[in-house]
Amino acid sequence: MALSRLSLRSNRFLRPSTTAAALPSSIRRHVSTDTTPITIETAVPFESHLCDAPSRSVETSSAEILSFFRDMARMRRMEIAADSLYKSKLIRGFCHLYDGQEALAVGMEAAITRKDAIITSYRDHCTFLGRGGELVDAFSELMGRKRGCSNGKGGSMHFYKKDACFYGGHGIVGAQIPLGCGLAFAQKYSKEEFVTFTLYGDGAANQGQLFEALNIAALWDLPAILVCENNHYGMGTATWRSAKSPAYFKRGDYVPGLKVDGMDALAVKQACKFAKEHALKNGPIVLEMDTYRYHGHSMSDPGSTYRTRDEVSGVRQVRDPIERVRKLLLSHDIATEKELKDMEKEVRKEVDDAVAQAKESPVPEPSELFTNMYVKDCGVESFGADRKELKVTLT
Amino acid sequence: MWGILGRRAVDGGFSASSLRRMRSGLVSARSYAAGSKEMTVRDALNSAIDEEMSADPKVFVMGEEVGQYQGAYKITKGLLEKYGPERVYDTPITEAGFTGIGVGAAYAGLKPVVEFMTFNFSMQAIDHIINSAAKSNYMSAGQINVPIVFRGPNGAAAGVGAQHSQCYAAWYASVPGLKVLAPYSAEDARGLLKAAIRDPDPVVFLENELLYGESFPISEEALDSSFCLPIGKAKIEREGKDVTITTFSKMVGFALKAAEKLAEEGISAEVINLRSIRPLDRATINASVRKTSRLVTVEEGFPQHGVCAEICASVVEESFSYLDAPVERIAGADVPMPYAANLERLALPQVEDIVRAAKRACFRSK
Repeated sequence: MALSRLSLRSNRFLRPSTTAAALPSSIRRHVSTDTTPITIETAVPFESHLCDAPSRSVETSSAEILSFFRDMARMRRMEIAADSLYKSKLIRGFCHLYDGQEALAVGMEAAITRKDAIITSYRDHCTFLGRGGELVDAFSELMGRKRGCSNGKGGSMHFYKKDACFYGGHGIVGAQIPLGCGLAFAQKYSKEEFVTFTLYGDGAANQGQLFEALNIAALWDLPAILVCENNHYGMGTATWRSAKSPAYFKRGDYVPGLKVDGMDALAVKQACKFAKEHALKNGPIVLEMDTYRYHGHSMSDPGSTYRTRDEVSGVRQVRDPIERVRKLLLSHDIATEKELKDMEKEVRKEVDDAVAQAKESPVPEPSELFTNMYVKDCGVESFGADRKELKVTLT
Repeated sequence: MWGILGRRAVDGGFSASSLRRMRSGLVSARSYAAGSKEMTVRDALNSAIDEEMSADPKVFVMGEEVGQYQGAYKITKGLLEKYGPERVYDTPITEAGFTGIGVGAAYAGLKPVVEFMTFNFSMQAIDHIINSAAKSNYMSAGQINVPIVFRGPNGAAAGVGAQHSQCYAAWYASVPGLKVLAPYSAEDARGLLKAAIRDPDPVVFLENELLYGESFPISEEALDSSFCLPIGKAKIEREGKDVTITTFSKMVGFALKAAEKLAEEGISAEVINLRSIRPLDRATINASVRKTSRLVTVEEGFPQHGVCAEICASVVEESFSYLDAPVERIAGADVPMPYAANLERLALPQVEDIVRAAKRACFRSK
């Protein structure tokens, strides 16, 4: 969708990229459709546990790197818009933002299909977008509107997109890990050649149910990939205060692991591609993504009582995932600064339009209080606060 | 029409054969057809799981000792041999892990039958039952349904002590999004378990260890492989006109015995076997109380905030003007289950407790 818009708009000719597969200057291609392979080296090597690390040379293309930029910019803008909507009290309750971690969402999508499954925690807005979710559905859900991806019944922590094999959106820390292993179980049971990525944080990495599920996944050879999004803080508790061993990629013990620079979309892509191949042949693997969140744990957390502002701005300056991709695009002559700025402006408008549209969307009907309790209602009764006033037979 | 069950018996290939065990034994004073076959609750459950696994390749069984050990209580006997390790899974002793895996498999469209060796151990996995299973269809506005069955023995056994004797009916039945069933007879066991496995929503299926070995008459209809009981409907086990006794699971047997004792004293008790704790068949309960004007509600579990409390509230709300006496509750004692046999007996409802309460409701002195 985004890419085709660019190709319609852009009739600029580009300077050819200066890589091993360089194009003769007489051939001009539209940036967005240029799938000529390019190879990029990751800045940081992979660290491995009980396996051979994949190569640092990542196969990609101009089109792909540009899509990373656009998709991450969209995700970033969405989270920033959510921040202001929360402050204006249009979003209530919990709101856990992902800005800083976007590379993970886009890198993973680049390595897998929409039939591979993803399940994650409550920090799920960008994962939803990565799976093909629409901005207006996300904002509507956040604001509790009918148009929301869960009809306003779920909220920030409960986004789902089953047709893209995105199974949520879970509020209980660590619960998604056995659930994800269950998805992998179903994939193996049905003899499908797909895998499940189950995402969790450094806080959840200490949960007992992780080890229970991983044990079963390893015993039964389930195609489960456990992805620890290590943003170094479990709410207000830094990893050194919560984990005796913060080498999360090694915590699988008998299960192989890989440590990845989670702020590098290409490294994430490489790791996920490697993990998928591994999981299909050899069962579970743990990926530790070294990443960072700019916001606090949630909108109720300023994020500055347990870390310094210098630390946050330091990461932003040196490791920001969008800036890295911007530098890559510029240094490889895939796009100009102006083109990228224009793209960011378009994304900003997309997001603003979606917010406006979502604001117009109505709240759910009162009757929605009682819908979707069961698939098969069998004449069940349900009650409102005053059961003599509000009693419903579910049909 | 015996369907799969009948054909299997003829072929001799039915390892979990309840048919071979059938004997036309003594028919009790219960209202079943004369000369009907009998079946234990254990065989009823086994045959139900077997038939549903045969009919739908997405159904699989998971739990501790369900496979090679043939089931801790032999409910899954023969299933591993018949269906193989890709349909029957022995798990490590990790309830939170394997329950979550079961729920995740259900998200993806499989139909797990997860066994808890007893429901006491379900507490280790209760977050998955409630937050991952029960609420998902609602939170996802219908995108993610969870066609899973959690089954196992519930409530007191004999002499197993405080940590192994709790009844979880009230806890699970309070959760919207779950269905909670409690069979009594072999027919209940077959019909309700088959309905539960076919149901697209999460079902908590509360069995009773002491009922597993009990034999009940069973009709031809109940032996058919298509037999299913409706979820949410109670059964009137014994009709009466003076007092309504509602209960579920093992206590149904006690209530029926109490009804016989009461009959000797000229009190006609109507005994309702709830079968379904959630949805609760308030219509049947209230219709009965409107007929008899008196209610005694019985359960084995802890009294405070129990199933009986909900039934009493429902009857007081909907049938107040029909009541001729205060509602009565007979429940387990308000103590953790003691071990000593005499104390254990005091901690659980006995037939004489039900009789006494019914007489109180009828304003009869001892």
